[in-house]
Amino acid sequence: MAKRDSAADLVGLLTIEGQDLAAAWVREVSGSLGGRVGTAELDRELRELYDALVDALRQGATDVHSEQMSEIRALLTELSRNRARQGFSPTETAISVFALKRVLEPVLQDGTADQIRAYLQFNGILDGLGLFAIETYTQTRDELIAAQAEQLLELSTPVVRLWDGVIAVPLVGTLDSARTQVVMEKLLQALVDTGSEQAIIDITGVPAVDTQVAQHLLKTIVAARLMGAECTVSGISPQIAQTIVALGIEFDDIVTKASLADALKLALRRSGVDLVAHEGAQR
Amino acid sequence: MSERLPILRIGDILLVSVQFDLEDQMVLNLQEDLANEIVAKSARGVVIDISALEIVDSFVGRMLATVAAISRVLDARTVVVGMRPAVAITLVELGLSLGGVSTALDLEKGLAKLRQPTSSALR
Amino acid sequence: MTAPWTAGEDPQVHPIARSGDLVHIRQAIRTLSQECRLSLVDQTKMITAASELARNTLIYGGGGTVSSGLVSANGKRGVAAVFEDSGPGIADVEQAMTDGWTSGGGLGLGLSGARRLVDDFQLVTAPGEGTTVTIIKWVR
Repeated sequence: MAKRDSAADLVGLLTIEGQDLAAAWVREVSGSLGGRVGTAELDRELRELYDALVDALRQGATDVHSEQMSEIRALLTELSRNRARQGFSPTETAISVFALKRVLEPVLQDGTADQIRAYLQFNGILDGLGLFAIETYTQTRDELIAAQAEQLLELSTPVVRLWDGVIAVPLVGTLDSARTQVVMEKLLQALVDTGSEQAIIDITGVPAVDTQVAQHLLKTIVAARLMGAECTVSGISPQIAQTIVALGIEFDDIVTKASLADALKLALRRSGVDLVAHEGAQR
Repeated sequence: MSERLPILRIGDILLVSVQFDLEDQMVLNLQEDLANEIVAKSARGVVIDISALEIVDSFVGRMLATVAAISRVLDARTVVVGMRPAVAITLVELGLSLGGVSTALDLEKGLAKLRQPTSSALR
Repeated sequence: MTAPWTAGEDPQVHPIARSGDLVHIRQAIRTLSQECRLSLVDQTKMITAASELARNTLIYGGGGTVSSGLVSANGKRGVAAVFEDSGPGIADVEQAMTDGWTSGGGLGLGLSGARRLVDDFQLVTAPGEGTTVTIIKWVR
């Protein structure tokens, strides 16, 4: 029966006659968040949590992983996710939980021994809930970062059509293995989709390459050749040229041009297009 | 008994279209049949369309390279057309670059390639 | 490493006895790869690797079996295939894994090439004790 008693004590701790502890909690949290969450929203969030918490304790929940805590976990997950998306810090997220401790502190001064024991036990439960909130927060942030990285990958690799039968990928920024692979697949698919026999990989905007990236570029070029298309690499900076030579990467079979313009000129010549400058043409 | 792929003739060009995943024996038969047909029909070119193939392993890759080499000996040229991007990436990763094999994006470009005078070394 | 087969899904076992079996094995691996939602390129790599290894089992191992199925570990999902034969085994594994080395008149790309195509690759062999090759391709 000891267990039921402690549950009753815990519930008693949170439901003191004539006191709106939830309101005090909302005030406490609202102060720490500096008004960046609307009072009405905060009030709704915390009261829901408060009611669910009292319910769970009444049913004998002893820690955050208790079965009776499932609703609390769901509410906390939602709260933490929202905080993470709105750009709050982990501290600001956890404080929403921990502030409840401060609200209950008066009990320590004029409470009975049983009430103090209940307070300490409740403290442990709140610690668990706080950690759970932080964990969910971190998970949400990780998901956000992963999603952004993926979007960046998509954004940063356009394949453009320069001429009938000539496509180009202007690469900008640091190339890593994953991104180079995405480029490779996109470029090859674009060859099929546009029926292009000439492809230009322009790396003017790439500050550096390592062995792996250079290997990926080489593989792309060989794969394109297997499909019946030719690749030209343009815009190799002096630094990258030095790296390629220093790393001993064989670029022998690869056609390189200094600029995208030169590469385009070559691609056009290869596709049988002649460029003629008219004498006296206005420039 | 094993099936054999039909070899079509358009003028002095032989055309094979591989439409499904081949058993090894069919691959070997194709290699043999093509060698025979090049001589029998005095073909000048061979086009092998693999656009329907989802897989080219080293066995099929080797057949393509061998056919290209055989046709060169017999004064004909072979063009492999329509290799899918995923297949090309896989072959490169596998370590097969099919050095001596001419390629084209599709059948039309493959036939056009055979009409061109031999490799106009543009660079 | 034994393949961490997904609970409740027994791997399918296919015989590798004639060259005609390779077509069925490629088909089985394709079905699994699609079921597992591997990307198109990864599907192609997995099927090709399986084709190379199945041919090795047939030519060098004198035939054997392949067990294939879905695997999961650490929250990742993937496709695995285990090629087993009770042939002569491989004496010099390092040499067998070298590009271009062959004892059977092929291109010598089977083992080394297949390893490059998959994420996990394990070769267990000893002279006279057969060869087991396990490959896994994980969903990215």
